[in-house]
Amino acid sequence: MLRYAIKRIALAFVILITVMLAMYAMVFLVPGDPASLALGPRATPELKELLRERMGLDEPVLMQVWHFFHNALTGDLGYDVWSKRPVLDQILEFFPNTLILGITALGWAVVLGIALGCAAVVWRGTVTDRLLGVLSVGLISVPAFVVAIYAILIFAVWLRWLPAIGAGTPGDIGSQIRALILPAFALGIGWVGYLARLVRASLLEVMGENYIRTARAFGLPERRVVFRYALRVAIIPTIALLAVGLGSILSSAVFVETVFGRPGIGTLITGAVQKRNYPVVMGTVLFMTAFYLFIVTAADLLIARLDPRVRDVFRR
Amino acid sequence: MSSGGKFRVLRALLSDPMGALGLILVLLFVAMALFAPWVAPADPIKLNVMEKFQPPSLSHLAGTDQLGRDLLSRIIFGARTALSIALTSVGLAGLGGLILGMIAGFGPRWLDALLVLAFDSMSSLPMIMFALAVITIVGPGTGTLILVVVLVSIPAYARLIRAQTLSLAGADFIVAERAMGASSARILFRHLLPNVVGPLVILLSMDVPIVIMLEAGLSYLNLGVRPPTPSWGNILYDGYTSIRAAPYMVLIAGLPLVLSTLGFTFLGEGLRDALDPKLRRGAAR
Amino acid sequence: MSEAVLSVENLSLRYRVPGGTVAALRNVSLAVRQGEVLGIAGESGCGKSTLASAMIDLMGANAEITSGAVCLNGCDILSLPRAERRRLRGREIAMVFQDPMTAFSPVLTVGAQLVDFQFNLDGVTGREKWSRARDMLARVGLSDPDLAMGRFPHELSGGMRQRAAIAAALLMRPAVLIADEPTTALDVTMEAQIVHLLRELQADYQCAIVIVTHHLGVIAELCDRVAVMYAGEVVEEAPVDALYHDPRHPYTRALLSCDPAGIEAATGRLPAIGGRLPDLSDLPPGCTFAARCGIATDRCRTVPPPCVALGPDRSALCHEVAP
Repeated sequence: MLRYAIKRIALAFVILITVMLAMYAMVFLVPGDPASLALGPRATPELKELLRERMGLDEPVLMQVWHFFHNALTGDLGYDVWSKRPVLDQILEFFPNTLILGITALGWAVVLGIALGCAAVVWRGTVTDRLLGVLSVGLISVPAFVVAIYAILIFAVWLRWLPAIGAGTPGDIGSQIRALILPAFALGIGWVGYLARLVRASLLEVMGENYIRTARAFGLPERRVVFRYALRVAIIPTIALLAVGLGSILSSAVFVETVFGRPGIGTLITGAVQKRNYPVVMGTVLFMTAFYLFIVTAADLLIARLDPRVRDVFRR
Repeated sequence: MSSGGKFRVLRALLSDPMGALGLILVLLFVAMALFAPWVAPADPIKLNVMEKFQPPSLSHLAGTDQLGRDLLSRIIFGARTALSIALTSVGLAGLGGLILGMIAGFGPRWLDALLVLAFDSMSSLPMIMFALAVITIVGPGTGTLILVVVLVSIPAYARLIRAQTLSLAGADFIVAERAMGASSARILFRHLLPNVVGPLVILLSMDVPIVIMLEAGLSYLNLGVRPPTPSWGNILYDGYTSIRAAPYMVLIAGLPLVLSTLGFTFLGEGLRDALDPKLRRGAAR
Repeated sequence: MSEAVLSVENLSLRYRVPGGTVAALRNVSLAVRQGEVLGIAGESGCGKSTLASAMIDLMGANAEITSGAVCLNGCDILSLPRAERRRLRGREIAMVFQDPMTAFSPVLTVGAQLVDFQFNLDGVTGREKWSRARDMLARVGLSDPDLAMGRFPHELSGGMRQRAAIAAALLMRPAVLIADEPTTALDVTMEAQIVHLLRELQADYQCAIVIVTHHLGVIAELCDRVAVMYAGEVVEEAPVDALYHDPRHPYTRALLSCDPAGIEAATGRLPAIGGRLPDLSDLPPGCTFAARCGIATDRCRTVPPPCVALGPDRSALCHEVAP
């Protein structure tokens, strides 16, 4: 177990460092000076020089790489070139909003997805099963930001039930929850389909196991067989996937957050990209990658700890 | 796969309502993209401010936008943008994945280890985050979009090809061929390619909707295709900014996105079932 | 001897497979009386496990019964509605499966499952079900039943698990117990213990037992009567002593001569039956064993053999046996 844990954590670090190196290399491989690109063609040479200094571009390349790594690993992601605020401060300010959105979206998707997956298995082979299958594929393929815009049109513009933009008034939990409903709906809906399919497939696999036959041989009703005997085992791969899910749903929140004008990582990074605010973009990408790696590694270790039999299955 | 397998696959695909619907939708959008200049009723870029915000009517079947441009024509030309980007980038990624996967599977061990690490690192980068980083560095545009998709999708294809190559490299008949002096190239092209085409095509067609989505999303943020070139993403953005004045715009602009991603996904699912009967849904026991 | 508790009459069953059907059971008739132990023997693929699952109505989704009946106390259970068939399981007819490793769910404790398995027992509280389960574990010889109740299946040894599986099957005092290869997955000492246990329990509970196995030794130890199956048919049925001392069907003879335990002379070669099982999706017109049989005639290859009665409780499916 310990060896497995060390290997897994070491791999996460190697990947993170590779990613950092690759991104840093990219900045230098691209022709053109980041400072002039950021400021546009009409910037004065003095202004460019000032910006270059602020980005740390006036140092020798090796020094820059050293600083970048040293700072990033100690949690210093640099300063916003425009507002001079530390990038990490900005990320930490916006991240909770995105996290809440991601968890809410994934939460309702998990509940509904598992329910639909079970329903498909209880009625397997019937029309209900086929329809649920088509529905799942449909939900998976529909882009979240299109759902977001349609949701705004229907529930905010036409019905006026829920707010169209923002994250609610600070301090007013009620308005914050109301502002969360539509974004969480749009972000989670694809995962409903995804989870329904996953749960159905892994349930069907488990339904072929001998202990399911035993439970049936003792005359347990089918629903009890599915929920008590099959689902308990079938849920394990779903939990593993949820970690990956949370990591990737936070990134795909970019579009949904922008559509709803919700303060969060998405709005932070799109704003920075539009202004070519290098340190903010790089810092955010790095932060999200690190978070993703952290959560996936943690989930792997947790599952290995919970069920030693699973460890081998999830090892590639 | 046996000879004449193509027709068998097509027949299997059409016998599945979902696959057939997917094929029809995809063909519809491909035709739209190919024949855009002939089927579009008007010039998608020509402004006519006098006719702005016209709801759907006989002269403008889908209405007009805030600059009086014909919405239907913009959507038809948007299909051209979306499909050309999606197919080019997915095709290039497939080719790159094929080559890198074969190198990893057939090449020396150290190179394999290095490539696998590269694939792992690449797939731990959230796609949208990576896209935004590249756009910041390279600047937005069609080329950037293709570059991002190629870089992001190569690992999945390369892994598939690598796994197939590795499993094949150990197979008895390959060992026998090698012993008889067949070259690596001959083995790769005679035995590997026919075996991986099926899974690769499935993966490719499943990735097309993701690319369409990414293109539209980034164009929506004005970080993808630059206006005035019509893209489903920037049409949707135009609609969103006038959602109260002209709700029909978002309603209509969302449809091609929904239908095309649905079409490609259904087609991919249908293809998977048709090419690999073992994976057929419903075959529980 | 009393009336049959469980009887199978003229049962035919086929599996739908891609590109056709497989005739897994053809015109199988068998009966087991109260207090009797019936063995079903045959090589793998002969349909004996299919027969066992048909008896408890647990065939795969692709199985289809084309004719015949399975009667429990004279009542055809195949014609009952699904819910009523389910009510019989465990209470009237129970099953012990082959592989004790996988027969229990890995994520529920043994106790929780044994309580669950008494689902069809009415008017008994959960607490009573728990103590019934505990007592039954003690009865089948688990030294610390309270501890075992709280354990997960993978924390018990293979032999303990099989004992627990037998305990589970007897929990509701079923009229019929079906054991599908109950000892195949166990080592020799465990096998002897389980055989001993089954005999003991049979004497105590007087239920009818059907044992499905390819192991002729287990049958000789435990059974009163044997049915030998070949390619989906019962080819010979006889009291166990008669069958071992005087096998009549050529297949039974071949099978007995292959049993390593029965080979008395020291030979360098193990005997084997030449040829292979016939293709069940495309059966020959005559006797299914004809292709491998040493005494087959042209009639055997073209005309299906009759069921010849060979005295009380004894019959064989062959042209060449004389009554």
